[in-house]
Amino acid sequence: MSKLRILCATKRVLDYALKPRVNKAGTAIDLSGQKQSMNPFCEIGVEEAIRIREKHKDRVEDVLAVSAGPMKAQDTLRTAMAMGADRGTLVEIAEGEALEPLTVAKILKAVAEKEKSNFIFLGKQSIDDDCNQTGQMLAGLLGWSQATCASKVTIDGDKVTVEREVDGGTEVLEAELPIVITTDLRLNEPRFASLPNIMKAKKKPLQKTKLADYGIEIANRFKTLKVEEPPVRQGGDKVEDVDAMIGKLKELKVI
Amino acid sequence: MLRHASLRSLLQPRIVAYSTRSSLSTLAILEHQNGKINQTTLSAVAAAAKIGGPVHGLLAGSGAKKLATEVAAKISGLEKILVVENEAYDKGLPESFAPLVVETVQGGGYTHVFCAHSAFGKNMLPRAAALLDVMQVSDIVGIESEDTFIRPIYAGNAIATVQTSDAVKLVTVRGTAFEPASAEGGSANVEETKDPKATSQTNWKSEQLAKSERPDLAGAAKVVSGGRGLKDKENFDKIISPLADALGAAVGASRAAVDSGYADNSLQVGQTGKVVAPELYIAVGISGAIQHLAGMKDSKVIAAINKDGDAPIFQIADVGLVADLFTAVPELTQKLS
Repeated sequence: MSKLRILCATKRVLDYALKPRVNKAGTAIDLSGQKQSMNPFCEIGVEEAIRIREKHKDRVEDVLAVSAGPMKAQDTLRTAMAMGADRGTLVEIAEGEALEPLTVAKILKAVAEKEKSNFIFLGKQSIDDDCNQTGQMLAGLLGWSQATCASKVTIDGDKVTVEREVDGGTEVLEAELPIVITTDLRLNEPRFASLPNIMKAKKKPLQKTKLADYGIEIANRFKTLKVEEPPVRQGGDKVEDVDAMIGKLKELKVI
Repeated sequence: MLRHASLRSLLQPRIVAYSTRSSLSTLAILEHQNGKINQTTLSAVAAAAKIGGPVHGLLAGSGAKKLATEVAAKISGLEKILVVENEAYDKGLPESFAPLVVETVQGGGYTHVFCAHSAFGKNMLPRAAALLDVMQVSDIVGIESEDTFIRPIYAGNAIATVQTSDAVKLVTVRGTAFEPASAEGGSANVEETKDPKATSQTNWKSEQLAKSERPDLAGAAKVVSGGRGLKDKENFDKIISPLADALGAAVGASRAAVDSGYADNSLQVGQTGKVVAPELYIAVGISGAIQHLAGMKDSKVIAAINKDGDAPIFQIADVGLVADLFTAVPELTQKLS
């Protein structure tokens, strides 16, 4: 039975509770001065890794949190460590640089190979670019099993069973290690980091690396031509009672 | 020398125009279930047709040949259907399906691959993209040109126009954004294509699909959705279902309702659930968080019933009723029946 070396990919994104605003030039979302937090799906991945360690104490050798982004992304890694990750690796890129999922997948592949990871968690999508690609790309590049949108993960020896959410219900997959899993909302409820754990996390090792350390360059394929606000939907009036509602829906020819 | 140059300049535009047009070709991945082509796939075919080159379908699985001849060949806009008869593709496992896409793209020299942004498309296509070393354009809602696409970001709070420089464009299509291609009237040729027979190291074990007599949520013309305001599963079934049946509508739910166990996960509407755009969307006991609005704000008409007159759902609802849903909805159901 092989030891588990878990890697959790985490991304720093605009806090989910904030309403994004398009910048004046119409080229991107204005993030200056806005609160940024760990992508909610990544939190679920970190939580699941910690739960696996709690359940299989002797098997989990290491839980590593990784993030690629500007210096500020180390806050996200500290959060992951306060939740229970053992250490963090920051792959630093310049402020304002953007990475596409394919590049992130290549970075994670390089880190996973260096760290001899055999169990990788990612969120199913990040709530900023809504791509839902990185985990699948990573599994493809590594040639590993993939289980996306996981709502339940069970480990039995070297066998991993994953229940995943699909259109119309769920399906169950079975695979051997190594594996890439992306998390869905219902996998778990992430814990809050306690104050003592936040303090302890400051002493955990955080390694800073650069893209060049992995021999990777940013070679973006996309050019964002413009970013716009969606057309604003004008709400209609409120009606007094059920009859008025039926009348209005008939007038709009939808019933 | 001069004559030669002018001759070339005379010829060149025609050659360029011709070669540009002939070099575009699109592969549309045809997703099927129980002997039927999925509705969202028809939208992906319609989007693929907008690129301008010929569109070929890829149909794989057991019974693929029969399905291709009897059903898929009639889809309008498809010139040819490439068939792979192999039960290994039945469950759409990306470990085997992605290599099939790669083989077909490279063998056929396709410039574009279109697939529905369904659970299958989202799972499989990025793996194929990585194997081809290209990016994927996810969940497009519009096409500007053969390399420029429009897609929502930040839960639909912004719309980005992106241009890709990849030689092969892999695209997933938001079903509600494109009028589905007609499933009749087409006459595509059916052809067998090469099966790379990549094996999946991941095994499919079982599935549990919610059974419903109602229309499929993603393609329904009317949707009745319930939220936290329903208070429990019993109320959800007692109040939402009869209204949906009276209207012939699909049932949806907010994340709060799904998390509390009132409704099945597969009914969740929103950023992380289904994106719908029906003619009529009735939100019952749903406050209208941005993550929920991301999944339904393109509906033609939105009606909301909520006790709280300040709920954000009223800012986008065409018809709003501030009332106790426990009395208003049964009354509405009764009057519509």
